[in-house]
Amino acid sequence: MFENVGEIVLLFWRTLLALPQAWRQRQKVFEQFFEIGNASLLMVCVLSFFIGAVIALQTGPILVERSLASAVGGVVGIAIAKELAPVMMAILIAGRIGSAMAAEIGSMRVYQEIDALRTMNINPIHYLVLPRVLAIALALPLLVIFSILVGWFGGAVVADVNQHMEIPFLAFFSDLKNIVELKDVGNGVFKSFCFAIILGVVSCHQGLTTIGGPRGIGRSVTKAVVNSIVLIVIFDYILTRFLLK
Amino acid sequence: MNGANNQISGVSLVVRGLHKSFGGQKVLNGIDLDVRPGEIFVIMGPSGSGKSVLLKHLIGLEEPDAGEILINGESISTPEIAAKYRMALVFQSGALLNSLTVGENVGLYLTEHRLKTPAEIEKIVAEKLDDVGLKDAVNKMPSELSGGMKKRVAIARALVIEPQMILYDEPTSELDPLSSVVIGNEILELKRRIHVTSLVVSHDRDLAFGVADRIAVIADGKILTVGTPDAVKNFPDPRVHDFLHADFARPK
Ligand SMILES: Nc1ncnc2c1ncn2[C@@H]1O[C@H](COP(=O)(O)OP(=O)(O)OP(=O)(O)O)[C@@H](O)[C@H]1O
Ligand SMILES: [Mg+2]
Repeated sequence: MFENVGEIVLLFWRTLLALPQAWRQRQKVFEQFFEIGNASLLMVCVLSFFIGAVIALQTGPILVERSLASAVGGVVGIAIAKELAPVMMAILIAGRIGSAMAAEIGSMRVYQEIDALRTMNINPIHYLVLPRVLAIALALPLLVIFSILVGWFGGAVVADVNQHMEIPFLAFFSDLKNIVELKDVGNGVFKSFCFAIILGVVSCHQGLTTIGGPRGIGRSVTKAVVNSIVLIVIFDYILTRFLLK
Repeated sequence: MNGANNQISGVSLVVRGLHKSFGGQKVLNGIDLDVRPGEIFVIMGPSGSGKSVLLKHLIGLEEPDAGEILINGESISTPEIAAKYRMALVFQSGALLNSLTVGENVGLYLTEHRLKTPAEIEKIVAEKLDDVGLKDAVNKMPSELSGGMKKRVAIARALVIEPQMILYDEPTSELDPLSSVVIGNEILELKRRIHVTSLVVSHDRDLAFGVADRIAVIADGKILTVGTPDAVKNFPDPRVHDFLHADFARPK
C-alpha cells in the first residue's frame, strides 16, 4: 500500500494549490457536506453513545472499587474526547464516505467521464477532489464534536444506572468538567481534521487511479478504506505524540 | 451567438510519426496524417487497430512515445498551444457524467468556466439539444437514455464548446439507420455552417462514403491509404479492399 505514498502526497499538494478555487466550488462543497451529514449522523449518534457507555462500563467499577468514583467522569471524558471519538469517527467515515468517494470517482474514471472533463479543460482536482476533501475536512470535526457530546452522555447514563457505579448523572458531568479542559476537546477535534484530510485524499486518489471495469472499482473501494484506516491509526500515534508535549 | 459562429473556422491538423505502445504492445506504429481546415476526414479500420487511441492523442488525453501533432502548424505538446485551440471529442461511449442531467451535461463547459449567465446557458443548451433532436430530454438523467441518445447528447455537449475541430469516435455505432443519417447530416451541416474540421472514426461504410471529403484506412497502427472516397474504394491493397467491400455470402 505504501508504493503510492508519493502520488498521494502529490495529490494533497495539488489539492492545496487548488484552494483558491474553493469559493467557486462552494456549491459542490455544500452538497458533499450535507451528503456526509445526512449519511452518517444517525450512525455517529448510535456508535458514540455505545462507545461512551462501554468505556464507563469498563473503567467505572474498577475506579469506584478503589474509591476513585470522582475520577470516572474525567477518565471517560478524556478517553472519548482525545482518542475514541476522533479515531472511531474517522474509521466510520472512511467506511461510509471514503468508500463512496472512491467508488464514485473510480466509476467516473472507468467510464471515461474524467477523460471527458479533461477534454473540456475542466480540472478533475478542482471539480472532484477539492470539494470532497474540503467537505469532509469541515464535516468530520463537526461530527466529532457531536460524537464527543453524545459519548459523554452515554457514559453518564451508564455511570448513573449501573449498580456497580451509581454516580449521579450531574455529578458525572461536574467531575468531568474538573478534569477535561477545552484544550483536550480541541486536541481531538484537530486530530479529526487531519484524519479527514488523509481519508479524503486517499479515497480520491484511489478513485482517480482506478483501472479495469467494475471489478477495478470494487478493488479501489476496498483499498481506499483499508489504506485510510491504516494511515489514520499511524497518524493518530504520530499526532498524539506530537500534541502531548 | 450564432453570429459569432460564422467567424469560426476549422483548424488544420498534421500528425507525424506518431508511435505509442502500451506495456510492450505496439498500438500506433508511425501514423502520418494531414487534415485540411474545414474538411471531413474519416478514419476507418478494424476493431482494435488503434483508432480510439489515436483520437485520445489528438485531444491530449495520451502522451505519444514519439512523433508530433501540429494544429495550424503549432505543436500541441505545450499546454499553451493546446489551450489555444478549441477541440472536442465525442467519445465512443458518450462519456456523459452520470450524476448530472442531460442539460447539465451539455452546459457543463459553460457552467464550469463561467462563460455565460445561467439563463444564457439554459438557452444555448436548449438550442444545441434541439440541433440533435433531443429537446425534450433536457431534464432526464443519462441512465434513462438509450445508447444512441447518449451519443447525440455527447455531440450536443461537444457543440457547446464551439470547437474548431470535432473528433467523433464511432458516432453512429449504436444508432438506427435513420438516426445515423441525422448524425451524418449534422456533421455535414456543421461543416457548411461553421467550417469546423471534422475527424470521424467509424467503420460504418455508409456514413464514411456519405460524408467524407477524404478517407484514411488504418490497420495495425499504420495508415494504409488516404484519399477521396472513390480513390480509397479502388485502392488495390487487399486489406483495404476487403475491409471496404466485405459482404455476406448470400447467393445473389
Ligand atoms: N490505456 C490502455 N492501456 C493498454 N492498452 C490499451 C489502452 N488503450 C487501448 N489499448 C489497446 O490498444 C489497442 C487499440 O485500441 P483502440 O481502442 O484504439 O481500438 P479501436 O481501433 O478504437 O477499436 P474499436 O473499433 O473496437 O473501437 C487495443 O488492443 C487495446 O487493447
Ligand atoms: Mg474505439
